[in-house]
Amino acid sequence: MSIFVDASTRVVVQGIGSQGTFHAARNRAYGTQVVAGVHPRRGGERWDELDAPIFATVAEAVEATGADTSMVMVPAPFTRDAILEAHRAGVRTIVAITEGVPVQDMTVVYDEVVRRGGTRLIGPNCPGLISPGRANVGIIPGDITMPGNVGLVSRSGTLTYQIMHELAQAGIGISTCVGIGGDPIVGTQFLDVIQAFAADPETEAIAFVGEIGGGEEQRAGEWIRANIPDTPVVGYIAGFEAPAGKQMGHAGAIVREGGPGGESAAEKQELLGAMGIPVASNPSEAARLMIERLGR
Amino acid sequence: MDLVEFQGKQLFARNGVPVPPPGAVCRSVDEAVAAAERLLPDAGAVVVKAQVKVGGRGKAGGVRLARSVDEAREAAGAILGLDIKGHVVHVVLVEPASDIAEEYYLSVMHDRVGKGDLVICSRQGGVDIEEVNRTDPGAVVKRQVLPSERADGLPRGVADEIVAAADLPAEVRDAAAELLVALFGAYLAEDATLVEINPLIRTTDDRVLALDAKVSLDANAAFRHGDHAEWDVEGLEVRDPLEDRARAEGLQYVKLDGEVGVLGNGAGLVMATLDVVAQNGGRAANFLDVGGGASAESMATALSLVLSDPAVRSVFINIFGGITRGEEVARGVLGALERLGDFPQRLVVRLDGTNAEEGRRILAEAAHPSVVPAPTMQEAAALAVRLAEEAA
Repeated sequence: MSIFVDASTRVVVQGIGSQGTFHAARNRAYGTQVVAGVHPRRGGERWDELDAPIFATVAEAVEATGADTSMVMVPAPFTRDAILEAHRAGVRTIVAITEGVPVQDMTVVYDEVVRRGGTRLIGPNCPGLISPGRANVGIIPGDITMPGNVGLVSRSGTLTYQIMHELAQAGIGISTCVGIGGDPIVGTQFLDVIQAFAADPETEAIAFVGEIGGGEEQRAGEWIRANIPDTPVVGYIAGFEAPAGKQMGHAGAIVREGGPGGESAAEKQELLGAMGIPVASNPSEAARLMIERLGR
Repeated sequence: MDLVEFQGKQLFARNGVPVPPPGAVCRSVDEAVAAAERLLPDAGAVVVKAQVKVGGRGKAGGVRLARSVDEAREAAGAILGLDIKGHVVHVVLVEPASDIAEEYYLSVMHDRVGKGDLVICSRQGGVDIEEVNRTDPGAVVKRQVLPSERADGLPRGVADEIVAAADLPAEVRDAAAELLVALFGAYLAEDATLVEINPLIRTTDDRVLALDAKVSLDANAAFRHGDHAEWDVEGLEVRDPLEDRARAEGLQYVKLDGEVGVLGNGAGLVMATLDVVAQNGGRAANFLDVGGGASAESMATALSLVLSDPAVRSVFINIFGGITRGEEVARGVLGALERLGDFPQRLVVRLDGTNAEEGRRILAEAAHPSVVPAPTMQEAAALAVRLAEEAA
């Protein structure tokens, strides 16, 4: 088992320019079923690099190929409409890689697609997700990890790769790794992923990578303590050195001056530590803590 | 992007939110005096207000009432150059004084937790609203607005409910509700993440006006607001010249006060890099995310930016390849070295991920004297810190 994507997942790609094609081809090479591309003006053509059909709309792609998952790689100005289109076409899961989507666009998307629509949306501004050995949807380098029993959830892209890599070097594989994205509004929250891991018989331990800003990690920690106290859980929060009031790359990664507190890395480490969830101070230590908790 | 008060009031005015009569934006005492001479005959009094992007201006002496040209001269002299929580005042707004009967609070902001928009209204304005919320939470009305109920803007009925719940006086409820509808319209139309009026005043003749304006705009939405760039004016606040340059280059850069230059791909990884540098006894000189899809050219641009900071004594390039491929990074580093010519700092390069082996091979073959490869993040950090110390 794994969560959200597996060997049966059928992917349609929205945004088949050079980057979209590059990553779709990598996903295909990994073994993912990439079944179609969507481009409003290229419907009926062949997507040569993927040897797959191109459709003008997601609905046509779903109808013709049975695609159940969309990977969105269109530019930011078109991302709102692309996600809404995929949702209305009835895909089960939408993975939005695009960064730089306006927050008001995401407010509208979240309301229709997630809150009222019940579709699984991952991202935007995320690296996607991988169930090693089964499917890779997004831009995560598949060759740095391997199948296993640790579920990994993260707000960061490259930082996640780092931790996956260190776990792999210690012989620890992954059930599914989900990059939920670093924006203020993302479709899938920390807690959603942790709850899915809790329900997945193959996931025996959970690692999470947080960031400064917001309070998602704390809410997830409270749920873990109340519901799965015996599951090994290890965290890492980046940004111990981040000064207050400065946005550190991700739109969501900012410690607000005069905010309610609990947003800095040190505060999160302390709050989660008090819940019995060890939080590492750097990526290597996170991998080491997981290795210890798994007794390997 | 955060706006200063006079810019926020321009944004309010063009969206139908009532503001005081226009004042003058002044960069010197002479300009402020000229403005006061022009405005005082009609206004009777003017307010001289520091234009900085930080709260608590009043308490810090950044807002003064002047009833004469001499008082205006004195006020402008005192405020220009004033340091308010690290923000030095370079511009003042000289504005006709309003007749204030009461002060309220009103804002619309993006609600990260509720994933919608939040309207906050209180009868207690002109003070720190967070403090009011702590001491008297019942006095602060918070109303979440979901996209499904504001497709055509904030319904007047919802605005009426909010001002009534906040117990604004009956005489001004209509005007306040109308203002709130306009404020919400401004928030949506301009892609703001915050529009805050504190205080919203009731004048002695029962009008409501935005006496102050705090506005944050969503930089991600800049593509549909070409006119917002006009507010990104130089000279409002002293900014770090490197941050200005990075912005022009489209790089995510924050100047910090250490000596190890840092660049990497991905905000999280760069933040982690700052942490690891600190844990190894050094301090990062900057945060720089070269982003996804970084080409050789953008890597060269980023490196050149970091090296031009005189505080940088060594550089830690930390790349884990996802979108950014290892060979692109390696060529970018070498291309940058070629373009930059001689420089004293050494570069610790740590490459992993997509096509990392190819990247490492390219770097090894080039055997550039400035480049020091390192196998892990920890070792790279320790090395970069040591090189910075040796260069001190």
